[in-house]
Amino acid sequence: MHWQVVWDNMDYFLWGAFPEGALGGLAMSIILALLGIFFAFWLGLAAGLMRLSGRWWLHYPALVYVEIIRGVPLLMCIFWFYFLAPVVLGHTMPEFQSALVAFVVFTGAYVAEIVRAGVLALPKGQMEAARGSGLSHVQAMCFVILPQSLRNMIPSFVNQFVSLTKDTSLAYIIGVNELTRAATQVNNRTMNAPMEIFLTMLVLYFIVCYVLTSFSRRLERHLARYQARN
Amino acid sequence: MAMIEVNGLQKWYGEFHVLKGITEEVNKGEVLVICGPSGSGKSTFIRCINRLEEYQSGTIRFDGKDIHDRDVNVNSLRAEIGIVFQQFNLYPHLTVLKNVTLAPIKVKGMPKNEAEEVALGLLERVGITDQAHKYPVELSGGQQQRVAIARALAVRPKVMLFDEPTSALDPEMINEVLNVMKDLAREGMTMLCVTHEMGFAREVSDRVVFMDGGEVVEEAPPDEFFKNPRHERTKAFLKEIL
Repeated sequence: MHWQVVWDNMDYFLWGAFPEGALGGLAMSIILALLGIFFAFWLGLAAGLMRLSGRWWLHYPALVYVEIIRGVPLLMCIFWFYFLAPVVLGHTMPEFQSALVAFVVFTGAYVAEIVRAGVLALPKGQMEAARGSGLSHVQAMCFVILPQSLRNMIPSFVNQFVSLTKDTSLAYIIGVNELTRAATQVNNRTMNAPMEIFLTMLVLYFIVCYVLTSFSRRLERHLARYQARN
Repeated sequence: MAMIEVNGLQKWYGEFHVLKGITEEVNKGEVLVICGPSGSGKSTFIRCINRLEEYQSGTIRFDGKDIHDRDVNVNSLRAEIGIVFQQFNLYPHLTVLKNVTLAPIKVKGMPKNEAEEVALGLLERVGITDQAHKYPVELSGGQQQRVAIARALAVRPKVMLFDEPTSALDPEMINEVLNVMKDLAREGMTMLCVTHEMGFAREVSDRVVFMDGGEVVEEAPPDEFFKNPRHERTKAFLKEIL
C-alpha cells in the first residue's frame, strides 16, 4: 500500500496550491457548488415563476429553457458553454467561469421545476384567500405563497445541491482545478497508488454530501411545524 | 339602488352548465341565505361576485357598477367584498394577528400599529383576543373560522360572502361561528351565506334562496320559505335536511 502518497498530497487535495499558488482541490469544488447553487436558485426561482405565469411571453421562454436543459447531459452543457464563449465573446472565458455558467444554467432548470411543483403543491385555498382579501397576485406570491412553498422546497433544494456538489467533478474535463482533477494529476504523477487516491476521493465527496443531507434533515424537522393542511 | 345586482348570470365548466341564468338583487343590510343540494352552483354563484370565478354571460353590478368595467380594479373590488371559506384557509406560516393585519397593511396601506389595533378589536369581537400570537394550527376549527371572519372584516368590506362556513366544523363548534355571523347580521352587514344551517336562516336572514341544477328554484322570506315551500324540489330538499 502507498498511503504515503495520499498523506503527502492531502493539502493539494483539500485546497490545491493555496496560499502560495492557485486555490484548487476540494475547496474549489465547494466554492463552485456554493456559487452554482446561489445563482441557480435565483435563476430557477425566476424561471419557475415565469413558467407558472398565465402570460405567454413569460411562460414560453421559461418552458423552452427548462425543457431543453433537462434534455441535455450536464457534460454537454459544460462543453457547450466552454466552446460557445469564444464565439460569442470573441475571446476564451476562463475555465472556472465557463464551468460555473454551465452549472448555473443547468441546475437552474431543475430548481425551476422544484419551484413550480412547490407552488402547485400548496392548497388552492391559500391563493384564493389571499386574492379574496384584495392582495394582488404579486403580493399574494410574496407574502402568502412563497414563504410557505419555499420552506417545503428545502429538501429538494438540498438534493439538488448535493447533486451539484458531486457534479462539479465534471468541470475537470475542461481543466478546472477541482478535487477530481487534483486527484487525476497526483495519480498521473505518482503512478503507483490509484486505489488509495481514488478511495480518498470517495471519502472526501461522501463527507461533504453527508454533512449536507444531515443538515437538510435537521432543517426539515425544524420547519415541519406550520404547514397548510387540507 | 341595490348593492348587488346580478342579471342573467351564466357559467360553464367546459360542457357542464353550472349557472343557468341567475338574476338576484341584494340591498344594503340584507342577509341572504342560499341553500340547495351539492353541485347546484351555490358556491360558484357567490364566488362570481368577487371574481374568484369568471362567468361567460350576464352581468354583476356592485354599487351600481359592472364588476368587469374597465376602470374597476379587481383588488379594490375584493377588498370591498369579504369572503369566508369552508376550509378557513388561514395562512399557516403567520400568527393569528398577522393573518388579520396582512391585507389592511398591504391593500389599504394602513400603518402596522393601526392595523394591529383594528385587528385586536376584531379578534375581541369574534372572541379570540388571547390567541392573537398563536399560529393557526394551534387553534380549534371553530376558532380558526372566527379568525377567518375577523381577517375578512379587517379591510372593512361592505359585503360579506360566506361559502359554507360551518360545513368543515365539528358539530360542537358550529354555534360559536354562527353566533359571530348572527352578530354581524344584526349590526347591519350585507351578507350572502351559502349554508345549510336552517336555524341561522330562520333567525337572521331576510330571504332564503333555494338553488338546484344551476337555477334559482324558489326564494322567499324565511317564515314563508319553511312553512309553505311551493316547489316540489324545495319540499324534497327541506324534507332531507330538516
